[in-house]
Amino acid sequence: MKRFIGFIKKEFYHIFRDRRSLFILFGMPIAQIMLFGFAITNEINNVNIAILDHSKDETTKEIIHKIASSKYFTITASILNETEIETAFKKGHVKAVLIFEKDFSKNLGKENNATVQVIADATDPNTANTISNYVSAILQNYQQQINVAVKTSYQIIPKTRMVFNPELKSVFMFVPGVMTIILMLVSAMMTSISITREKELGTMEILLVSPLKPFQVIIGKVVPYIFLSIINAIVIVLLGIFVFNMPVQGSYFLLAAESVLFIITSLSLGILISTISASQQTAMMISLMALMLPTILLSGFIFPVSSMPLPLQIISNIVPAKWFIIILKGIMLKGVGIQFIWKSTLILVGMTLFFIGLSVKKYKIRLE
Amino acid sequence: MKEDTVIIVENLTKNFGDFTAVNNISFEVKKGEIFGFLGANGAGKTTAMKMLIGISNPTSGNAQVAGFDVYKNPNDIKKNIGYMSQKFALYDDLTVKENITFFGGIYGLSRKKIEEKRCQLVEELGLQEIVNELVGSLPLGWKQKISFSVALLHNPKIVFLDEPTGGVDPITRRQFWEMIYKTAHEGTTIFVTTHYMDEAEYCDRVSIMVNGKIEALNTPKKLKEQFKTSTMNDVFLKLARG
Repeated sequence: MKRFIGFIKKEFYHIFRDRRSLFILFGMPIAQIMLFGFAITNEINNVNIAILDHSKDETTKEIIHKIASSKYFTITASILNETEIETAFKKGHVKAVLIFEKDFSKNLGKENNATVQVIADATDPNTANTISNYVSAILQNYQQQINVAVKTSYQIIPKTRMVFNPELKSVFMFVPGVMTIILMLVSAMMTSISITREKELGTMEILLVSPLKPFQVIIGKVVPYIFLSIINAIVIVLLGIFVFNMPVQGSYFLLAAESVLFIITSLSLGILISTISASQQTAMMISLMALMLPTILLSGFIFPVSSMPLPLQIISNIVPAKWFIIILKGIMLKGVGIQFIWKSTLILVGMTLFFIGLSVKKYKIRLE
Repeated sequence: MKEDTVIIVENLTKNFGDFTAVNNISFEVKKGEIFGFLGANGAGKTTAMKMLIGISNPTSGNAQVAGFDVYKNPNDIKKNIGYMSQKFALYDDLTVKENITFFGGIYGLSRKKIEEKRCQLVEELGLQEIVNELVGSLPLGWKQKISFSVALLHNPKIVFLDEPTGGVDPITRRQFWEMIYKTAHEGTTIFVTTHYMDEAEYCDRVSIMVNGKIEALNTPKKLKEQFKTSTMNDVFLKLARG
């Protein structure tokens, strides 16, 4: 046991004396979560729009006021004629233009319908889509308001309720995703690099010649990263809760246990990578190419798995991150217990055992 | 096993697929002896040594090191041997003191014992000024000496040196061999691989490996007589060229 403590102490010296790894360990998680949380967002807030109002009557004024008072839009310009629309878009000042037809109020009163044209800048298709949806929603809402007095014939009103994330905050999606990436990065990449570094320096040989057993060497190298990953997980969860108001509906204990499980899965992957790579460079490349990209692209973190082509959907099943994100979202947003996520948990446990088994086998072949 | 024989190797063989890296070698090494294990690069000396220090399994044959069988008790062997690789592997980002503490620790030395050893080393090697420096900042000669001392921390019966003088200047090499002599004189067996033929002259006995086989094994003096040359270098050239 005393040998072991000495070993871990040495490992911490390595980590704390290397600025680069310190930065990856503690700078990255905070930078990433802030970036994803604040900068990358698919909600729209204060989008600049312009209005071309041909009728300028009571009704259009009310609608414009309603739009302006929502937090989604800021009306920056009034446009006087159609030719200005294109210039406005080209300059990029506005993302959408609303055009009210002539005699808007009159038409509404007489013919029971009036038209608003919504022109959105679709160079960013997602934003354009969202803008047009929001505008429609505001118009619909206004329509219901004025219809209260009048008894109309049949009407179907969809009452949508967004459960688990009523405000559709994208940060609720990013916090679990970033947590997954960071834990994967720290655990898998850092361990594989630190093990291959010992191989490169020749100290691994010295350790193997010592009375320490190979598995003690590996565990000694891995334990510090378990600690650091747990700290990282805590930091990310706290940032999520206090900076982004991310809820944790489920049990903190379960969240902690599942996080430790995923950390161990990533560590076992890191060990596996270190058994197949001879240099730190190789270890880093494999970690980045084989772990980071699938983790970001195929885990359902940014792009929903269900809308991928079938082959990719099948491949996504072997990405550990996918299952951990399912677990995280379940616990944090839905507040579910183990009875709903045992399947994903079991898959992660299975993957971990598989990676460890494979590493042991590879390791033995190398010793032969 | 005779009292004073610390390494016995009988018909030791190692195959990698079709390639025979070590072909049926046999030899013995006595206590306190400086045994030179010579050969060109790729002759199989590192492979043979790895089998003796327990990090590679032999394909066939027997070997006993420090009284223990390489198949049955590799762990007892590990406790009784020291090893220094050609990379002088120490941790560059740890200080001299921390390196000593760490390596003493993995051999299970008590804190008090490590402290004692460290003071002794600082005294003997004159490390007073650099004991708290990072190893990475030290010249190669220092690393080599410290690496050797670290391999001896747990008082091993045999110390294996894998090309211990690669890349250091002649004066430092000379000093290093003085350390080796002193250690051997105190009863520790030295098993050393090298490709510097002048160093072969310093050994008590020398074996020369060519293509996985031991082609010659004797004292440097007798080898020179046998091959009718005046230097070990010529002995080696005659053997290597067949």
